[in-house]
Amino acid sequence: MQTLRRKDILGLEEMSAEEINLILETARSMREIMQRKIKKVPVLRGRSVLNLFYEPSTRTKASFELAQKYMSSDSVSVAGTSSSLVKGETLKDTVRNVEIMGIECVIMRHPVSGSSHYLARNVEASVINAGDGMHEHPTQGLLDMFTIWEKKGRLEELKVAIVGDIRHSRVARSNLWGLQKMGAEVVVAGPPTLMPPDLNAFGVKHFTVIEEAVDGADVVMALRLQKERQESGLFPSMREYAELYGLTPQRITRAKEDLLIMHPGPMNRGIEISSELADGPQSVVLEQAASGVAVRMALLYLLLGGTKE
Amino acid sequence: MKPLFITGGRVVDPARNFDDSADILIREGVVEKLEKELKQPPEAEVIDAAGLVVTPGLIDIHVHLRDPGQEYKEDILSGTRAAAAGGFTALAAMANTDPAGDDPSMIRYIYERAANAAAKVYPLGALTKGLEGKEMAELGRMKSAGAVGFSDDGRPVVDGTIMRNALQYACGIDAPVIAHEEDSYLFAGGVMHEGSVSSVLGLKGIPSAAEEAMMARDLLILKLTGGSLHLAHVSTAGSVELVRNAKAEGLQLTAEVTPHHLLLTDRLVKNSGYNTNTKVNPPLRTEYDRQALWAGLLDGTIDAIASDHAPHHPDDKDVEYDFAPFGIAGLETTLPLMLDEVASGRIKKFTLPLLVEKLTSAPARILDLPGGTLAPGSPADLTIIDLNREFIVNPETWYSKSRNTPFAGKRLTGAPVYTIVGGRITMKEGVVTENEKGA
Repeated sequence: MQTLRRKDILGLEEMSAEEINLILETARSMREIMQRKIKKVPVLRGRSVLNLFYEPSTRTKASFELAQKYMSSDSVSVAGTSSSLVKGETLKDTVRNVEIMGIECVIMRHPVSGSSHYLARNVEASVINAGDGMHEHPTQGLLDMFTIWEKKGRLEELKVAIVGDIRHSRVARSNLWGLQKMGAEVVVAGPPTLMPPDLNAFGVKHFTVIEEAVDGADVVMALRLQKERQESGLFPSMREYAELYGLTPQRITRAKEDLLIMHPGPMNRGIEISSELADGPQSVVLEQAASGVAVRMALLYLLLGGTKE
Repeated sequence: MKPLFITGGRVVDPARNFDDSADILIREGVVEKLEKELKQPPEAEVIDAAGLVVTPGLIDIHVHLRDPGQEYKEDILSGTRAAAAGGFTALAAMANTDPAGDDPSMIRYIYERAANAAAKVYPLGALTKGLEGKEMAELGRMKSAGAVGFSDDGRPVVDGTIMRNALQYACGIDAPVIAHEEDSYLFAGGVMHEGSVSSVLGLKGIPSAAEEAMMARDLLILKLTGGSLHLAHVSTAGSVELVRNAKAEGLQLTAEVTPHHLLLTDRLVKNSGYNTNTKVNPPLRTEYDRQALWAGLLDGTIDAIASDHAPHHPDDKDVEYDFAPFGIAGLETTLPLMLDEVASGRIKKFTLPLLVEKLTSAPARILDLPGGTLAPGSPADLTIIDLNREFIVNPETWYSKSRNTPFAGKRLTGAPVYTIVGGRITMKEGVVTENEKGA
């Protein structure tokens, strides 16, 4: 099998369609492993991985850890505390100290955009970005694409509407790059205050009326709305947001019939997505979580496994 | 002190519109004669400047020396040596030290520490006590102690009434006020220019409006109060337009621009992979802004070039982007960077005399400092430049304690080869020579 000719996975912006294809194809074989009774292959035996999470995470962390276990790698997970005010150990020192113990791959989640670039420059180990600030969350983008690809059999010429807080969302950025590279049409929707200052940079169209954005859509992706955005004055209240921008069955009637409803989690039920949709027949929210493990197995394999064979 | 005889150089003295080959005789720290051909006094030390350019000593009116309080980043000794290495003979030091330079004793401290330093240091006093923007500092007493102007640089004066009173009061003591134009609410914790690049990088943006809104306010206040206002580090096209219009209206104001805003754009934040040496306030803007800054510099809207030398310890910059402090160290790169622009001819009307004006007579005029010219009787502060010298930006060899530059590794054409302060050589061929008294 082919491998990825890169040391790090920092974002989907710099990744080619060929690379994304390779990852998705590989993830498909990984998913077969997950469906076995004994979900363990010795592919990464003797290889060591660090999970370094400077922000809380449930599903991404569990998903990476399971992927590592299924692949038989040795891994440690560390919850870091990061602050510009508290003068603690620097990120560079932390990782270099662990690297010298034999770590070959670092999975990092960090609240500051670009921190995975910074880390990748400073260590020899491979770095997989598990979410850096508002920048990118490439493994989430890949697992979202994998989920769609599995369900629809293709990505090209699908219409995907991403709804909600695009501005602060690393999930949205990774999906915007990835999906468009794979030939999908992407539109975004939500209040103007939750859009990046310049959407032209991504080449996508913005709608403020959800019904218009989802018109003819194959996929609708809701994003998590954080309470602190309201506190910083970007919209008046959670209930107004739910009323104007929340995804409900009434709001998506103009979408295609075989619409997929997605959400990266954790969901605010009744705010950005109604429970009817989240739990309904069109929802693939749980499949997304399952895809996450397969995609992360694929990435670990392509970064660590293939190179020494 | 032996007389100094500089012979055969091309002398560029924009204050007198002079650009011709000439000999210069310096005695007792003063330019005694400047003529086409002078007789060489036998006792004089001679610099053969054939093939070189001799200019008035460069003056940098925007420098952070970090002394007192953050001497691990820079101090008066290292900062002035960096200045000498970069061809500067004098600099104005900002007051955002710890404690703030808001008191006559602080002004005297700077003068005492800089007495024998490698460059002249003119202290700027804080505009408000503790740089807090709440109460006016003792401008008059600081002026008496030698402060050459007043600024809360690094922080905006949020309250319009404070700015109004300070500008008005400063008129009475005939002192310029330097404004760092930034609306802190619009700034809102940003780390780079707000636009398409910040959108992609997911970094919090600083809109151009944060600078322009505050500048517009201060220009309206200036209309109300009269007085003399200098605008630090103008960075946006909109700001250039504001300054141009205000000058056309007859307001008494001046403006400066930094080399990094003239030469770099926000794209570098991305292309450098979030290198924290691109993090500076005001932030690197867009190509559109950069072009407007050049236009403003060429048509006289922008009076001077200043480095905004903001040194930081390498450890402080070797962190995640959001956590790094703002600032680019510029004393040792400003002249070579700008000389390279002249050499390359990239900017058509950017000639050597214009560059020299922006670094000598203009800054001297803005803060009413001695020097800025080689007219006989002037202080013997000079810079000698080799326009053809290849210069590679290498922060590892700096005299500054800092290393924070986005220009590292850049190959440039043109560099200072001598810096002379008060008739004494402070730098020769890139090597800072401790002056005779020692610092």
